[in-house]
This record gives sequence, structure tokens and C-alpha cells, in this order.
Amino acid sequence: MANLTEIRWHGRGGQGAKTAALLLADAAFNTGLYVQGFPEYGPERMGAPITAYNRISSERITVHSNIYEPDFVVVVDDSLINSVPVTKGLKETGAIIINTTKSPDEIREKLNGYKGKVCTIDARTISIDCLGKYFPNTPMLAAVIKVSGIMDENAFLADMEGSFKHKFAKKPEVIEGNMNALKRSMQEVKGL
Amino acid sequence: MSIRERLSGNEAVATAMKQINPDVVAAFPITPSTEIPQYFSSFVANGQVDTEFVAVESEHSAMSACIGASAAGARAMTATSSNGMSLMWEMLYIAASSRLPIVLNLVNRTVSGPLNIHNDHSDAMGARDAGWIQLFSETNQEAYDNAIMAVRIAEHKDVRLPVMVCQDGFITSHAIENIELIEDDKVKAFVGEYKAPWSLLDPAHPVACGPLDLQHFHYAHKRQQAEAMRNAKKVILEVSKEFEQMTGRKYELLEKYMMDDAEVAVVVLNSTAGTAKYVVNALRAKGIKAGLVKPRVFRPFPVEEIADALKNCKAVAVMDKADSLNAAGGPLFTETASAMLVRGVTGPKVINYIYGLGGTDVRTDDIETVYNRLLDIASTGNVGEVYNYLGI
Repeated sequence: MANLTEIRWHGRGGQGAKTAALLLADAAFNTGLYVQGFPEYGPERMGAPITAYNRISSERITVHSNIYEPDFVVVVDDSLINSVPVTKGLKETGAIIINTTKSPDEIREKLNGYKGKVCTIDARTISIDCLGKYFPNTPMLAAVIKVSGIMDENAFLADMEGSFKHKFAKKPEVIEGNMNALKRSMQEVKGL
Repeated sequence: MSIRERLSGNEAVATAMKQINPDVVAAFPITPSTEIPQYFSSFVANGQVDTEFVAVESEHSAMSACIGASAAGARAMTATSSNGMSLMWEMLYIAASSRLPIVLNLVNRTVSGPLNIHNDHSDAMGARDAGWIQLFSETNQEAYDNAIMAVRIAEHKDVRLPVMVCQDGFITSHAIENIELIEDDKVKAFVGEYKAPWSLLDPAHPVACGPLDLQHFHYAHKRQQAEAMRNAKKVILEVSKEFEQMTGRKYELLEKYMMDDAEVAVVVLNSTAGTAKYVVNALRAKGIKAGLVKPRVFRPFPVEEIADALKNCKAVAVMDKADSLNAAGGPLFTETASAMLVRGVTGPKVINYIYGLGGTDVRTDDIETVYNRLLDIASTGNVGEVYNYLGI
């Protein structure tokens, strides 16, 4: 992997984009990497566009600024692509990963001529099938791992299983659903 | 062996406070330091510490409760930001002049107005003459380490002054990063048990604390306070040396990064120093002799050390994340320039940049423009405007 991977998340307040960035930082940390996970705080309202960031590296990270030229962009809500310049600064060697029912070709038309990889994942369907509720974070996280290649997929799955066992110690029945959501997302992400 | 973790700056400081297990914590929440008392109150509720947590109704009361507790012989701590510390103002001076070793974790946020919750250093800089020792932290790691060392520095018999541990609001307080934690028992042994030299709760040895102190006595007490601040330099170095022996992490009064042969240098506090290190590395890769000085201690001001670090440079930019609004320069600039002058360091050309007020993001490109300006000054000798505003 490249020495430093920079990721920008776009979501809406309340959807958990910040939590997803922190979960990704956790997963990368657990595989021995140096991480940063931080939100850009603005007026915090349910439904308002929010941004969060990750830096992941094999070396210590000293930069403390927002990310302007990300390797990857993750869009947790596809309605944002009409109002937020989601591909701004995105490297063409990288990829944008969007939670949508649409195909990569349909989405690309709306991305102002972005020439890099466009990946789509239907996190809503996966989440509802596997978890019975709409929690887009889990499938989005797996899609990011799949597309970015920032860590070994099996190491990621093993680490997440450990985290879920700890987090859901009092409701072990949800662990399998969460693991299935991760695995399905890795198989179903389109545009690789 | 240290413990590899990933924590936000606020989590890191709350963890340090848990390991220190102070007698009293009194705090009132304010963004972006709210999480510190929030996490700490859960440690209290879970029985992980035996601290008396005082949920006060204002920051004035938070500092007052810390003063009362400290005067009673307790180890007392708090956390705040921005206008929260503004409301403590009266009590900051009283804590310092009463020589009470309180530790305040200050998560730096701009002081209103205009109303803004984001980071700059106007809160800490406004309190620079309150008589508190001020430590600054580039990362979550430094905030954690400084919070632990602060206890020892504050309580040292030659110091007996309160300590403010600063870190950048949101930029480090809310960012998850790698950190090396120290084992609980080692922190406990390092900070030791606090034995106050006097206590208001000791009827066998009655003392007065905070009485009226007219003309001559007042001046004499202020002179003693000034002496304690001078002593703090040596004590900070001693405590830091002992900390280094325990952790391997070296701390001094300031950090010199690539300064041995530096021709151009930036002086900057807290998280922006990390961003500047990235720029220094990039410039060095191009053969440019760039360096960085990061003061860790702003009070006491490291006059000799900062002048010595900069003496061989051709051009220096001091960056201030707080403006003095004095039509002359920011606080770090004016103190650095006067330190250089009184130490006879007149070779380097020195300029000032105000930057990042109200949390305005500072990119590596922004820092690069500062170094480019310095390279221009170094080659032409033309200083131009001394008092500058980065990016605006």
C-alpha cells in the first residue's frame, strides 16, 4: 500500500459518517497502522451535510489539517452528490465509493467529469437484509476496505468479529448479521 | 511495556486524570473540553477513581472549588475552554498568588466574539500574565504526557504554582490518533502521593490563605511568585528527565526540529507544529535548510533557549494563533523578538504571522508560503511587512 492514504467522508448529520471514520481508524489501528480519524465540526443538525476524515499510514502522521486531495471519497447518502462537490480534489488514481441503488455508470454522469474509479454499494438493502434496520456504516466500512486495499481483508474481518463480540457481548445474536453485512458488502461493491 | 492505544486528545487527558486519581475534580462543561469532565464523571460513577467530583454551576465556581480544595490540602484539577476560562478569570490570579498547585486542562478555543467554538490560542494567551505555568501540546500524546508531568511540576516545593496544559480544540481534542499509554501503577508511582505543606483543615497548624495583603506585603508576595516562576524552568526539566527515564519520550522547554544548520525557521505552538514538520521534511528533501522551533513552555518563557535556538538563522517567522490587536504583533512574536534582543541575538530577520484564528484550517501549503517568504528575506535581506496575516 502507499505510505499514506487519505479518505474524506460525506454524510448527513445523524447517519454516522463520523462514527464510520472512527471505526475505520479503529480497524486500521488494530492491524498495526498509524491512524487519524476526525470530523469537521460545523453547525451540527440532523440531516445537514457533514464531513469526516481519515489518514492511515505505516509511519507516524504529523499533519493536522483537513484533507483537500483525498485518495478516496466515501458518500454515505447519494442525495449529497447534487449539493456537495464530493469529487473536489479527489485523486484520479483513487476512487469514490457511494451508497446508492444506482449503477456506477448512472452515478458517474453526476460527478462533474471525474475520471477515476466510481464504486457503488447498496448499503441500505444489505443493512436491512442482514440487520433488519438501516445502519449504513457497517456495509460502507467493508466497501472502503475492499476498494482502498488499505488492509488485508481477512485481517479486517477477523478484527471486526473481535470488536463485535466485545461491543455486543450482551446481544450476541446480532454479531452474525453484522459479519454477514461486511462480507456481502465486499462481494457486492460495484465498479472495482 | 507501554500500552498501544488510539484515543482522542480529550480521551487521553481524561485517561491521565483517571490514572492520577486526584482528590477533587470540579468542572463545568464547555465545548470542546466537555468530554474531559464527561469521561471523568463516568470513571467516578464506575468507582475507577475515588475522586470527589464537584458538578458546579459555572466555571467561576469550578476554579473556586479547586482553590478551596487545594487550600484544604487536596490534589485538585479541572478542565475548560475559551469563555469558560474567561469566567474563571478572577480566580486564576487567586489560585496562582495563593500558590495552589491546581492543574487545568485547557482545550484551546477562541474567546468570543464573534461567537465561535473552534480553535485558536486567545484563551491561553489572554491568561499569560495570570501567574500560571503554561504547557502546550502538539498531539494527544503530548497532552497526556504533559497532564501527568503537570502534577509534579505544580506541586514541587520550589514552584507551588498552578499549571495549565493546553491542546488544540477539535484538531487534537476530537481526533483519534495513536498514543502510547503508561501503565496505571507507573503513573501512580510517578505522581506520588500529594502531601500539602499546609492545609486549612489542619487545626494543629493554623494558617491564613487569601487574606488582605496590603502594599509592601503584596509586592513581596508577588516577588516570591516571580521567583517560583523562575524556579519552574529547572523543575520542568528535572520532571521531564525523570519522565523520559520512565517512557523514553524526551521533553524540554522547547523542541528544536532540524535546527542544527537551519537558515530559515518557523516558531509555532501546538498542533500546527506537526503540520510544519511535514513541510520542513519536504523542504529538506529539496536541499533547503529549513527548521522549526516548537515552544512547549510559554510560561515561564524560555528566553535563553529560544534565543539560542534561533541565533544562527537568517530569517525567522513567529506564528501566532492569537492576535494581540496591538498594531504590533502577536504574543509569541513579541516575546520571542524581545528574548532575542536581550540575549544579543540580532542577526536573524524576524517577522510575525497571525494564522488560523477561529479554527481556520492551516494547510501544508499555507506553511510553505511562510517558508518561501523567509527564503526570499534570507536571499534579498528585504524584510518588508513584519506583522502579517496568513491567508487573509
